[in-house]
Amino acid sequence: MTIRWKKRSILPGFGLSLGLTLFYLCLIVLIPLSATVLKASALTWHQFWHVVTSPRAMASYRLSFGGALIGATINLFFGILVAWVLVRYRFPGKRLFDSLVDLPFALPTAVAGISLTAIYAPNGWLGKPLASLGIHVAYTRLGVVIALTFIGLPFVVRTVQPVLEDLDKELEEAAASLGAGRLQTFTRVLLPTILPAAITGFTMAFARAVGEYGSVIFIAGNMPMRTEITPLLIVTKLQEYDYAGATAIAVAMLAVSTALILPINMLQRWAGSRIGKEFARDPESAMGLPPIYKQVEAR
Amino acid sequence: MSASIPFRIGASAGNPAVSQSTSEPAFVRRLLIGMALAFLVLFLFLPLGVVFFTALGDGVRVYLQTFRDPDTISAIRLTLIAAGIAVPLNVVFGIAAAWAIGKFEFVGKSLLITLIDLPFSVSPVVAGLVYVLLFGLQGLLGPWLIAHNIRIIFAVPGIVLATIFVTFPFVARELLPMMQAQGNDEEEAALTLGASGWQTFFRVTLPNVKWALIYGVILCNARAMGEFGAVSVVSGHIRGLTDTMPLHVEVLYNDYQFVPAFAVASLLALLALLTLVVKSVAEWRSGHSIRAAGEEAGL
Repeated sequence: MTIRWKKRSILPGFGLSLGLTLFYLCLIVLIPLSATVLKASALTWHQFWHVVTSPRAMASYRLSFGGALIGATINLFFGILVAWVLVRYRFPGKRLFDSLVDLPFALPTAVAGISLTAIYAPNGWLGKPLASLGIHVAYTRLGVVIALTFIGLPFVVRTVQPVLEDLDKELEEAAASLGAGRLQTFTRVLLPTILPAAITGFTMAFARAVGEYGSVIFIAGNMPMRTEITPLLIVTKLQEYDYAGATAIAVAMLAVSTALILPINMLQRWAGSRIGKEFARDPESAMGLPPIYKQVEAR
Repeated sequence: MSASIPFRIGASAGNPAVSQSTSEPAFVRRLLIGMALAFLVLFLFLPLGVVFFTALGDGVRVYLQTFRDPDTISAIRLTLIAAGIAVPLNVVFGIAAAWAIGKFEFVGKSLLITLIDLPFSVSPVVAGLVYVLLFGLQGLLGPWLIAHNIRIIFAVPGIVLATIFVTFPFVARELLPMMQAQGNDEEEAALTLGASGWQTFFRVTLPNVKWALIYGVILCNARAMGEFGAVSVVSGHIRGLTDTMPLHVEVLYNDYQFVPAFAVASLLALLALLTLVVKSVAEWRSGHSIRAAGEEAGL
């Protein structure tokens, strides 16, 4: 009774391709990442705790995680709205808008950073009228939220869109024929169906925003304790050659984002389980997620 | 599906109230479209507009002047070098990984996919930090590298390594779902008919995944040329030597040279627009499968 670790196949090249993959993966990702863990363990627990709970670090977590949470929430609301409008309605320029949704993925973060700053600076296109109303965006925490909203914009749209496209119209017809109003149909029938995908997008937008650096540092003003994000604090520590401190904060950031994303994933599973057996059996395909996701769960 | 069509036609023809009850009143529709488009214009069109507007604000001659500056030319050259090394390496890796994972069944597959995705979930700043900890002055290999007079951090090799790290999963992530979707039948047929392994790959597999590969390459390239956070940590910002285009944008911007900064940024913005165009073409050529796969890759 030997357990075969690979299914027999007549296709050649398994050894070569897997070997190359593993070699390259170790060289570029795994060995350098384990070096980080090694470096972090050079600190004693007391030193580590002292660094990661310093007031300046705590202020930066509040801004990075708080800003990412607000940005992802804005994107959750507008992402569903944009996906709905792009799937259900016809209007001029629809294709252009649809393809431009991916811009925050393709535009280098430094370019996004300087252009958002130029727009919201006190003499900018929007900064000027807002300043006359007494609202200051650039170089404040509000500016951080704007930048984090920008870079997370495509996630919810792109996770909700395929679900809406695959949705059977019969579901809504049934609701309507049973006497539900349009709003009721949306909140009771449509929203529960798209919610798991929307939460997936929300989580991705949040995770991306927490680690974001390039687009934020221009608009943030970067004042310690006030507008300094955690990734910037890591860079500052590195520039002071405080490698251990930088590593400790990086590890803390990783730990906090894991701690925050876990309950979101549980919430998503809960939202998914409410949709019914069909969903519970095969949530990935019911959500219209790409086959890759299925494949991760498969084994 | 086919069974429901007669019902749908009959219902809406006989009773217009039913079709009305599954769509919104015109004013709601206009309001939703208006809100969605206002959001997209605010967050996508304005930043894009301000880049080109500021870059060309002092006329085309001033704009072109920027690209005669030796520091700008050296930044463009370094960006081309970094992308020129990182993209081909990641293409080879991506094809190997997609072949091994997509065409064979083996134990530990999902773990392997998770590891390949790792660079997506790491903050760009941490990606840079990892290499500083390994190759920097106080890094694990630092003393050895100094003894042998090899410079990696604050030099070109570090920039190339950081670029490879952040663009590591792109090609693999685009190819994998397509390779899986194609199945093994065509390859098995080719082998049975006497084709060699390489012949099968180049004549059967590659044409099938062509558009996913092209899209993966252009995505990988866009990120390689635009990466800011990771490269900023390892580069040391030596003007004319270790500044890539995004870093040069930052240097110019911080020097209050706004027109040159936005001129360089406009080149990167054009690259982003080109990426979106290729994405649209690739999607159109290979159906919706590519887009669905792209989202999970974070792009």
